[in-house]
Amino acid sequence: MNTGRKLAITFAAVATMGMAATSALADKMYGPGVTDDSIKLGNTMPYSGPAAAYGQIGKSTAAYFDKINKENGGVNGRKIEFISLDDGYSPPKTKEQVRKLVEQDEVLLIFESLGTPTNSAIHNYMNKKKIPQLFVATGATKWGDPENFPWTMGWQPSYQTEGALFGAYIMENVKDPKVAILYQNDDYGKDYVHGLKEYLGDKADSVIVAEESYEVTDPTINSQMIKLKDSGANVFFNVTTPKFAAQAIKKFRELNWDAVFLNNSVSNSVGSVYKPAGLDNSKGIISLMYYMDITDPGNFETEGYKKWSKFMDEYYPDGDKTSAFTAYGYLVGQTMEQVLKQAGDNLTRENIMKEAANLDLELDMMLPGIKIQTGPNDFFPIEAMMPVEFNGEKFNSLGKVVSVN
Amino acid sequence: MDLFLQQLLTGLANGAIYACLALAVVMIYQAIDHFNFAQGEMAMFSTYICWAMIAGGVPYWIAFFATIVVSFIGGLAIERIIFKPLHNAPVLSHIVVFIGLVAIFNSFAGAIWDHNIKTFPSPFPEGSFGGLIGLHEVGMFFVTLLLLFAIFCFFRFTRVGMAMQAAAANPDSAGLVGIRVGWMLALGWGLAAAIGAVAGMMIAPIVFLEPNMMLGILLYGFAAAIVGGISSPGGAVAGGFLVGIIENMAGTYIPAIGSELKLTVALILIVTVLLFKPNGLFGKTIVTRV
Repeated sequence: MNTGRKLAITFAAVATMGMAATSALADKMYGPGVTDDSIKLGNTMPYSGPAAAYGQIGKSTAAYFDKINKENGGVNGRKIEFISLDDGYSPPKTKEQVRKLVEQDEVLLIFESLGTPTNSAIHNYMNKKKIPQLFVATGATKWGDPENFPWTMGWQPSYQTEGALFGAYIMENVKDPKVAILYQNDDYGKDYVHGLKEYLGDKADSVIVAEESYEVTDPTINSQMIKLKDSGANVFFNVTTPKFAAQAIKKFRELNWDAVFLNNSVSNSVGSVYKPAGLDNSKGIISLMYYMDITDPGNFETEGYKKWSKFMDEYYPDGDKTSAFTAYGYLVGQTMEQVLKQAGDNLTRENIMKEAANLDLELDMMLPGIKIQTGPNDFFPIEAMMPVEFNGEKFNSLGKVVSVN
Repeated sequence: MDLFLQQLLTGLANGAIYACLALAVVMIYQAIDHFNFAQGEMAMFSTYICWAMIAGGVPYWIAFFATIVVSFIGGLAIERIIFKPLHNAPVLSHIVVFIGLVAIFNSFAGAIWDHNIKTFPSPFPEGSFGGLIGLHEVGMFFVTLLLLFAIFCFFRFTRVGMAMQAAAANPDSAGLVGIRVGWMLALGWGLAAAIGAVAGMMIAPIVFLEPNMMLGILLYGFAAAIVGGISSPGGAVAGGFLVGIIENMAGTYIPAIGSELKLTVALILIVTVLLFKPNGLFGKTIVTRV
């Protein structure tokens, strides 16, 4: 009898303790890769191979996490363990590395993985396994499709968004516009054209007077340029990669074509496009930007630049302070930090997605008026950009942000 | 009319690009009886060597000729080191090595000089004839003709040139009359590499220098060589201009083709010529006695 009572008490005590434990877990909900003092995040980057230049993005993000681990003790008391693996920009390798990150390292999520073909290779896997694939470093439009792929989200303005923003710029700034488009004949080129057409709506047929495509194997795009000029267009919209962009700029000047030159951000680079094409030839080209040009001395005195520059000196001294990639990695790192902050102690994969789709964030290196905003049905974080004009040395802001909203 | 003239001249300018590389293709074919798939990458690599010299402060023309010499020696070395041991191997082994060379040259160029596009200087003055055709394109046109003339003289009037043809057409008999067949092959490689280098240095100012510069151009170069006749340098040059012009005209005036199917036009040309006139429009029919 005595034994029986004792047992009953013990059971009751155990039951109470169990309940207490459950209620403690209700405050702290953890997904894989999370403990009381650490969070594991996974990533793939081309640190080798033809796209190795992009590797700087991963290195600067890693440096940013070093900084917050050291200065703030991580996020909400948990240090960030950033595991970034090399995939050499090869999709099968990406798959292998992501499997390793998910199944062996057991990361909470994958974020900022670089490249369209590489992310496409893991797109289904991530969504089937219900693991967040956040802020992928590519401009394809398909990353913003919460209905079919609720675990994937992009970061930078998508090609389609940018196409639409150029549409907004044209309608606001060019009188009686007649647009001629040169685009690469693949998903990237077509996304831009699609975005522009969707924005123009009924007017697309009358505003767009000529479209020419090229293949990456084409030696030159001269023949296309001649046809486009012949259409009598007063706006030239260039949707090409750096080599063809440099060719297009040269030919544009050679033909003495008197039109507004709009250049897509894929080849909006002084070093790899405007310089080879000739800085004089590149004067007056208009493009869209969303974060500050870190090579422009006019920005050196801003608060955002100073903070970034100090960060670079302390945590990534080998990094190239003239490469936009290092600023990109820093900004995406800050976005991730914000998601983790908002998620608090509820670090399940579901809640991470919920918070990623609940952002309203201003970062000090972004251009004025441009915010990171998401919602349950809006997986496109950046949807506004600033038109800028290249003056032969640097980009001058044209003042008014264009937005599709 | 203006559009027609512009497209015609642009076609000619593109044709000059194809013709230049087609000459190198024909040269190697004359020597080894195969296409060399690595011809384009070798030319690209030579161009990088010239670029590096110019970037290092060497004057253009010295760099230009030094590159030709270096490329000649390089081509010679490739034959002696890689292909001599494979001499009796089947054709497929050769093709595998060609493809291997493509990957090697391409990756090394990327690793040494990175993948950003580079401006390559032109020896001709800047500007154009009334916006119709660039002065560099005109200059290149004449360089191609000059190269053609030199090759023609080499094969027609020099003993070495004739010995080389003999070694390619009938190695056994050539050996019996005292021609060193092995060295003729090596010489063919060297000359093809040198011609490729000239082609690369002429093409780079137009398309910008980068490791994948020759990827598409080599395909057009093959088309030019086949259309004109793989055994005839003159035919290859004419073929180059023909391909350039047909491609542009079809792209401009046949709406069904447009810019999207321009490359297809080149491939259709290859197939059509191979079907109906396998020796090309200007090629000789070679009769082999059994």
